[in-house]
Amino acid sequence: MTASDAAPLPQIDPERAIEVIVAFIREQMAQAGFERLVIGLSGGVDSGTVAFLAARAIGAENLLAVRMPYRTSSEASETDAMRVVEALRCRTELVDITPMVEPMLSLIQDDDPDALNVRRGNVMARQRMIVLYDRSAAEDALVIGTSNKTEALLGYGTLHGDMAAALAPIGDLYKTQLRAVARELGVPEEVVSKPPSADLWPGQTDEGELGRSYESLDRALYALVDRRWSVDRCVAAGLPRELVEWVERRVARMEFKRQLSPVAKLSLRTPGIDHLYPRRRPGSRR
Amino acid sequence: MEYRIALAQIAPRLGDVEANLELAADRVRAASAEGADLLLLPELALTGYLLQDLVPDVAIAATDPRLLAIGDGAPGMLVAVGFVEETAEHRYGNSVALVRDGELIGLHRKVYLPTYGLFDEGRFTRAGDRIRTHDAAPIGRIGLSVCEDFWHPSLPMLQALDGAALLVNVAAGPSRAPGGPAGMAAIGGWHKMQDTYALLGTVPLAFCNRVGNEEGLTFWGGSRLLAADGSVVVEAPLWEEALVVGTLSTDDLRMQRYGLPLLADERLELVRRELDRIIAERAGIEGPPEPEA
Repeated sequence: MTASDAAPLPQIDPERAIEVIVAFIREQMAQAGFERLVIGLSGGVDSGTVAFLAARAIGAENLLAVRMPYRTSSEASETDAMRVVEALRCRTELVDITPMVEPMLSLIQDDDPDALNVRRGNVMARQRMIVLYDRSAAEDALVIGTSNKTEALLGYGTLHGDMAAALAPIGDLYKTQLRAVARELGVPEEVVSKPPSADLWPGQTDEGELGRSYESLDRALYALVDRRWSVDRCVAAGLPRELVEWVERRVARMEFKRQLSPVAKLSLRTPGIDHLYPRRRPGSRR
Repeated sequence: MEYRIALAQIAPRLGDVEANLELAADRVRAASAEGADLLLLPELALTGYLLQDLVPDVAIAATDPRLLAIGDGAPGMLVAVGFVEETAEHRYGNSVALVRDGELIGLHRKVYLPTYGLFDEGRFTRAGDRIRTHDAAPIGRIGLSVCEDFWHPSLPMLQALDGAALLVNVAAGPSRAPGGPAGMAAIGGWHKMQDTYALLGTVPLAFCNRVGNEEGLTFWGGSRLLAADGSVVVEAPLWEEALVVGTLSTDDLRMQRYGLPLLADERLELVRRELDRIIAERAGIEGPPEPEA
């Protein structure tokens, strides 16, 4: 038996997933009292897919796609972002973040080149968040998130940066499932099939930075998280021990990125501990 | 005798009892226009599902005039509706009421509150402690239950043995794993159990599941009406609001039970003795005497 048989990739019925997500977006908007969405469109498959889902849910005319390149961003990213915009005929805006982040970047020094890249990348991701939230206020819109399940579990994202959003429509879709959903939606093939990249520095790719392919990561995550397998069972099913142990450690280490900050409990009722309400409680609609 | 059952697959508004009473009134009118003798509204139809600490804000008594008036405008029609019940002792439960002509005919408090995985019901509501059937002539006795109750086969089987001519389950079932190896795990499981309870209980079965979205959850609908031989009489679509109506015949039930007398053949005294033994063994106490070989 091969690894692919015994520790398979997570599957998805794309049509059904789209139905669920589109209804989710519509009802979240209705319950919150908003009609418009703002998205940061990078040219990648995640934001491209979310843009298609958002347009299907609320109409392309109610979607503002903001392209936010930095001076080192690849031209292909811009080309692919425009492919999505043209396919959807949604509204779009170009905001060059270079003059916004350069003053901050000039203050950042680090002897460790990897740490320097991460710090610079975080500044860019957070600047984009600032632009999106400003546009959301101006547009009377919600910011729709583009983080997927693989990223969320591995903590491969910037807290208060690309992870900040009012709703997370693809947060329960693994990267490898996302491509099937993207194709079903008609996201341009150039966008679906190109190597994923945060494009925070020239030549960066997700798989290069993570040191593993999304396919192997998703096999390990699906086994560990969804099926609750032990590391030994994953290894017995053919997954490399090094991969599985790395994924397990990383999921645990990044728990903080998936939760609100802990509150020091003092009073009788404390938000998040024993003051528990649905986000869309009565009166929460603006 | 033939009678008609309407299944109102709705998306209640979370925490808004007044809006949900209006929604219910609308479906009562629609079901009445369809000539329904019994209308089912889903679990927590008057409140929505993911209530958490909203429970005391939306709880009402089983004698609340708004609840008893739910079928106003549809004389003679039975209405089964889910709500958060607050007892005189301020015990909060997930209940389903059976109302006709302003009168409470039956009440069931959810016995099995799922508190695992994505469910957290046992944290906010208390479990019921009765499994009964209620006289709803001319249909006969009706066994009421709420969602998770059906994942425990003892409950519908007790109701069948207690004389139920119809099993009613109202639900708020969230979907998960669409297309995964688990398939539509929950939906497939629901179909299997419904088919089995109708077949082995030789009893028709009406299941009304809600739709809509609360926080991240999407409720799948797919309400169904099954005849006493396990065949599907009518089925609502997945995901969307719907009102479907089907007809059952008490003659079919009569002949089904003649041809398949499972309930009459049930060895209740044997079941009870073995249950007593298992209970005693689990508790580590002395059980009933062994029968002579």
